Amino acid sequence: MLTTEPNLTRPDDTYARLIASHDGLTEAESHAFNARLILILMNHIGEDAVLAEALAQARRPA
Amino acid sequence: MKDLVPERYALAFRLYPYARSPDQDTPAPPRHPVVIVGGGPIGLATALDLGRRGVPVVVLDDHEGVGLGSRALCFSKRTLEICDRLGAARPMLEKGVQWNLGKVFHDDRLLYEFNLLPEGGHGFPAFINLQQPWFERFLHDAIVAAQAAGAPIQIRGRNRVEAVTPAADHVALDVMTPEGPYRLEADWLIACDGARSSLRNMLGLGFDGRVFEDNFLIADVKMKADFPTERWFWFEPHFKSGDSALLHKQPDDLWRIDFQLGWNIDRAKELQPANIRARVDAMLGTGVDYALDWCSIYTFQCRRMERFRHGRVLFAGDAAHQVSPFGARGANSGIQDADNLGWKLALVLAGRAPETLLDSYEAERVQAADENILNSTRATDFITPKTAVSKLFRNAVLELAETLPFARSLVNSGRLSLPCTYDGSALNGPDCAQMPARSRPGSPCPDAPTPEGWLLNRLAPGFTLLTVDATAPDSLAAHGVQVPRLALATTPELRDRYLGSAPGAVYLIRPDQHVAARWATYDAAAVTAALARAIGKEGSC
Ligand SMILES: Cc1cc2nc3c(=O)[nH]c(=O)nc-3n(C[C@H](O)[C@H](O)[C@H](O)COP(=O)(O)OP(=O)(O)OC[C@H]3O[C@@H](n4cnc5c(N)ncnc54)[C@H](O)[C@@H]3O)c2cc1C
Repeated sequence: MLTTEPNLTRPDDTYARLIASHDGLTEAESHAFNARLILILMNHIGEDAVLAEALAQARRPA
Repeated sequence: MKDLVPERYALAFRLYPYARSPDQDTPAPPRHPVVIVGGGPIGLATALDLGRRGVPVVVLDDHEGVGLGSRALCFSKRTLEICDRLGAARPMLEKGVQWNLGKVFHDDRLLYEFNLLPEGGHGFPAFINLQQPWFERFLHDAIVAAQAAGAPIQIRGRNRVEAVTPAADHVALDVMTPEGPYRLEADWLIACDGARSSLRNMLGLGFDGRVFEDNFLIADVKMKADFPTERWFWFEPHFKSGDSALLHKQPDDLWRIDFQLGWNIDRAKELQPANIRARVDAMLGTGVDYALDWCSIYTFQCRRMERFRHGRVLFAGDAAHQVSPFGARGANSGIQDADNLGWKLALVLAGRAPETLLDSYEAERVQAADENILNSTRATDFITPKTAVSKLFRNAVLELAETLPFARSLVNSGRLSLPCTYDGSALNGPDCAQMPARSRPGSPCPDAPTPEGWLLNRLAPGFTLLTVDATAPDSLAAHGVQVPRLALATTPELRDRYLGSAPGAVYLIRPDQHVAARWATYDAAAVTAALARAIGKEGSC
């Protein structure tokens, strides 16, 4: 089951770290960075059903 | 005089020159139990299987032997096991090149190496590389040997099928020969006439799927090079000879080289030897002495017929399904079609199984074709990403693969061809939960060493009752079928591959070496019911 309740131990710090990681990258480099990050996190999660849920959530129109 | 059956391609081996058949001089069209159209690898393997079972077969091919030119190269373990059952595998193994190591490069970096190195205790290697013409020639040699031993197989060269007329109890064929036309009838017709199947067209049947918008230049190069016997695959190679490239060893100092050229190319220009050499030079480096042996440009498709059985016409091989070559699934899957069809048709012709058994050929091999198409489509999409975002992720995988092991499992330059497990097949009987998943009903039997030789060699040509540390009668007969028993004692391999945590095992194994059903102990009524089910007689299990 996908966790959608807050789960980050230090949400503001982690979020700032994510944004800062893109500092100095061109748009293309940022896209490549994101792609690598997604793959790394996907592997960490591992479970196909959880990832399927996450993908569906991300796809949902805001 | 006009050539009535012109050659469409040059031959590597002339094996069955045209000879007039008495059928051409009979007033009424003669009837044969089985006619196979097409003497490619799948037609030959099907003829061999049926002929060895004593079923008279006539093979019609519009050429007199094996076409020259480079197509299939990698033949899988399961193909070798099937060919071994058909008496053709030994020379393949002797001539073929065995390889285990693969290297994957991105640009100028080695990303990682993989070793196919299969688990021990199998009679055949994971793969061999062998030129398709030799593969076909060895099948033909086995046919000649089977004929000498009495197998009723005829091959008629330069016999082109021009029209097919299905009827309720037979199929009529119009055949053209260098000496003019004749007619022939078949109880059953097997169409093995390749991806451009003329029979499919004559019957107005569709062949839908996906065309990949890419061209691949295949060059077979002859050279005495000391590159190791490994499969090397490049994504976006630094030598810029294509968007991807492949180098693979064949017998006879031949190397298969593949370059991905893209969609909008000038074919004629790319096929000029000077342009091919420029690409090969860039890849191999200067100073390598080689000769171009065979070159061609291919586009690839993934598609299949909706149904493989149309009444008394059965489609097999490329005529029924086509895949891109990434993963080597074309000929390999077609050989499994032959393996699946032979025993079923033989039982139907002998009156021991209902015609509906042939519907299970369609169900099982459509399932396999879908699996192959899925795998080969995914590999092709990884090698030639279709959108910007797909390419972004593809390259992200490649970048990570150099350092992070997990990403290597996502790199897809072709998943190597494995045989399909017929999960859910109507022919499958009971399973036993304590036993390993790899040998569940529907699976091809895993090989294993036994004191008297390889397990697969010891299975009967028909059904076998395999027991491991279990009691059972030495043979049983039911539904007109004889089932000999193969009694084995536990070994570490048999425990791992057949027993699992069960103390003993009883397996009912089909003539194509797939598992029909399994139990911890022998029960005559259960085995008989499973046998009925496996031959298409609605059994209760
Ligand atoms: C570049 C390339 C690489 C490949 N690599 C691999 C690989 O590594 N491994 C693998 O497993 N597969 C591979 N394949 C696929 C493999 O070549 C095919 O799957 C295989 O040849 C199919 O065999 P077939 O017998 O079904 O058809 P075919 O080999 O096409 O044979 C059909 C036969 O029917 C005859 N015929 C056609 N029409 C008629 C008619 N009207 N009357 C009489 N005869 C007729 C033809 O002359 C021919 O002899 C590759 C293919 C290509 C193009």
